[in-house]
Amino acid sequence: MSTEAWTLIIVGLTFAFYLYIGYMNRVRETAGFYVAGRGVPAIANGAATAADWMSGASFVSMAGLIAFLGYDGAVYLMGWTGGYVLLALLLAPYLRKYGKYTVPDFIGDRYYSNTARSVAAIATVFISLTYVAGQMRAVGIVFSRFLQVDILLGVIIGMAIVAFFAVLGGMKGITWTQVAQYSILILAYLITAVAISVKLTGIAVPQIALTFSDIAVRLSELQVELGLKEYLAPFQNFSLLNVFFITLALMIGTAGLPHVIIRFYTVPSVADARKSAGWALLFIALLYTTAPALAVFAKYNILNTINAKPVEEVHSIGWVQSWAETGLLKLEDKNGDGVYTMTADKETNEIFFDRDIIVLSTPEVAELAPWVVGLVAAGGLAAALSTAAGLLLAMSSAFSHDIYYRILRPGADERQRMIVGRTTIFVAILIAGYFGYKPPGFVGEVVAFAFGLAAASLFPAIFLGIFDKRMNREGAIAGILTGLIFTMVMIVLIRSTRLLGTSEPILDSFLGVNAQGVGVYGAILNFIVALVVSRLTSPPPEEIQHLVEEIRVPRGAGKATAH
Amino acid sequence: MDKQQNDQARAYWRANIRLIAILLVIWALVSLGAAILFAVPLSNFNVGQIPMSFWFAQQGSIIIFVILIFVYAWRMNKIDRQFGVEEREEDQS
Repeated sequence: MSTEAWTLIIVGLTFAFYLYIGYMNRVRETAGFYVAGRGVPAIANGAATAADWMSGASFVSMAGLIAFLGYDGAVYLMGWTGGYVLLALLLAPYLRKYGKYTVPDFIGDRYYSNTARSVAAIATVFISLTYVAGQMRAVGIVFSRFLQVDILLGVIIGMAIVAFFAVLGGMKGITWTQVAQYSILILAYLITAVAISVKLTGIAVPQIALTFSDIAVRLSELQVELGLKEYLAPFQNFSLLNVFFITLALMIGTAGLPHVIIRFYTVPSVADARKSAGWALLFIALLYTTAPALAVFAKYNILNTINAKPVEEVHSIGWVQSWAETGLLKLEDKNGDGVYTMTADKETNEIFFDRDIIVLSTPEVAELAPWVVGLVAAGGLAAALSTAAGLLLAMSSAFSHDIYYRILRPGADERQRMIVGRTTIFVAILIAGYFGYKPPGFVGEVVAFAFGLAAASLFPAIFLGIFDKRMNREGAIAGILTGLIFTMVMIVLIRSTRLLGTSEPILDSFLGVNAQGVGVYGAILNFIVALVVSRLTSPPPEEIQHLVEEIRVPRGAGKATAH
Repeated sequence: MDKQQNDQARAYWRANIRLIAILLVIWALVSLGAAILFAVPLSNFNVGQIPMSFWFAQQGSIIIFVILIFVYAWRMNKIDRQFGVEEREEDQS
C-alpha cells in the first residue's frame, strides 16, 4: 500500500477514535464543562497536560530548531520543562485547594476586584488566542503535505474535529481525548527516534545513544570542518546573557500559561495536583529528552548522506527525491564540480534544508515502513489538535465564566452559562480557524508575546496572591499593568521591523536582552511595583487574609468546591 | 483560631517554604547554573562522550526537574501528615 493510503487510514482511524471519546464524555453541568467534574486521576491529568502542552510546533519543529541551534537550543528544552517545577511547587497545589474554575477567578477573588478579574481574563484570552492560531496553521500544513488537500480544507477539517469534542464535552471531553492524543504522538515520535538511533549507533534508547555514542562529537567536528558553528559548544547563537534570560522567561511564562494552570483544577485533591504535575513533566520529558538525540542523529545522517557526494549518487536516493519536490530540501551544484558541498556562506552553499525536515523526513531516511510515515502525520495532528482544544477551553472559560457570569450577568442560571460557554468556544474556533488560514505575518513573534506576557502578568500575580498575605488589590493591579505594558512595548520596539514595518528595529535590545527574554524584566518590574504599592496602601480585608491561610493547607479541599 | 493552632499552621508553612527553597536551589543549579553560567568550565568534563555542560543543558536538567517534582510531592504529603493537615476522604470531591 502507498504512503498516502496508509496516512489516510491512520489519520482517519485516530480521528474516529477522538470523536468516539468526545461523544462518550459529553457533559451537561458547568463543573463537568470547565473542570471535568474534578474526577480526573493524577496520571491521566498528567498525560492530558502533556498533550495540551506539546503543540504541533513542538512535535514537528522543535528537534529541527535544536539541530540548527546546537547547544543553545537548550533554551527551549530547559525553558519549557523547568517551568513545570515552578508550577508544581509554587502554584498548582494552592490553586487546586482554592478550587474554582479559572485563573481570572482566583485573581478576581484574591484581589477582591472585578478590575483585576477583567485584566486577568483579557490577558488569558489574548495569550490563548495568539497561541491557538499557530496550532490551526500546523493542522493545515500537515493535511496539505501528507494528504495533498488544500490548506483551507485541512483547517476546516481540523476545526470541525476540535469543535465536536470541545463544544460537546468541554473539559471532560477534551481531557480524555488528550490522553488518547498523547499516546499517539509519543508513539510516533519514539518509533522514529529509536529507528534512527539503532541505524546509526546500534543502541535502542536515543537518550543513551546520544550520551554514549560518538555521533554528537562527530557532528560537532563535521560542522567545524564545513565552517559551521561548533554543535556542542555553548553560546554560538545567543550570548550567555540571552540564553539565561530566554530560558528564565520561558520557565516563568510556562508556569503562567492559563491553559496549563487550569488543568490542575481537574484532579480530585491537592495531593493529586502535586503528583499530577510530576506525571505531566515525566510525559513531556519523554519527548523533550528524545528531541535532542533525534536532532543530532538526523542532522548527522542528512549531512553525511549528501555532503561531498557526487550529484548522480545523491539523486538516486529515494527520500532526497521526494523531499526535493516539496522544496524543503534544496540542492544546487553552484560551482559545477559534480559534488554537493555544504558551506557556511549563503552564496556558495549548495545544500539547504528546512528545519521541519528533521522530524518529518526521518521515517523515510531511516527506511521505516510506510505506515510509520502515516503515524507521524497522525502524531503531528494529535499534538496540534490537543493544544488547540486546551487553549480554546481556557479562552472560552475566561470569557463565559469570568466576564459573562462573574461580571456581566451574576444571576445567570446553569443552562444559560452552558449556552454561553459553548457559544464562545464555537466563536473562538472560527477566529482561530481564520488565523490558521490567513496567519498574521508575525507568527514567530507570537511565542515571544504569549510567554512574555504570561511571565510578566499572570505568574507574579498568582504567586504573590499565595505567598504574600499582605498583597492587596492596589499592588496587584499596578504590578500586572506595569509588567504587561512594559513587556508589550519592549517586544513591539525590538521586533518593530516585523510588527510596525520600520526598516530598522527601533530598539536593538533591552539591556542586552532580546524580545524572547524581555519578559523576565517585565516579571521583575511587576514584583517590585506590586510590593511597593501594596505596602503604601491599606492591607487586604480580614476575609481575604483568611482565604490565603485557607489555601495554604490541603485539608478541606472538597468543601471549597461544593456548589 | 486559637494560639496553639496558629503556631502549628505557621510551623507547617515554614516547613513547606523550606522544602520549596531547597528544591528550587537545585532547580536553578542544574539549569541556570550547570548549563548556562558554568557552561564554559564544565565543557572540560565529559558525561559519556559528550561535554558535561551539554549533557546538563539537553538531558540532565530535564531528568532532574522530573525527580524534583516527585520528591516535592512525596515530602509534602509526609509534612501534611506530620502536621495533621492532609486531606481526608470526605474532603475529596
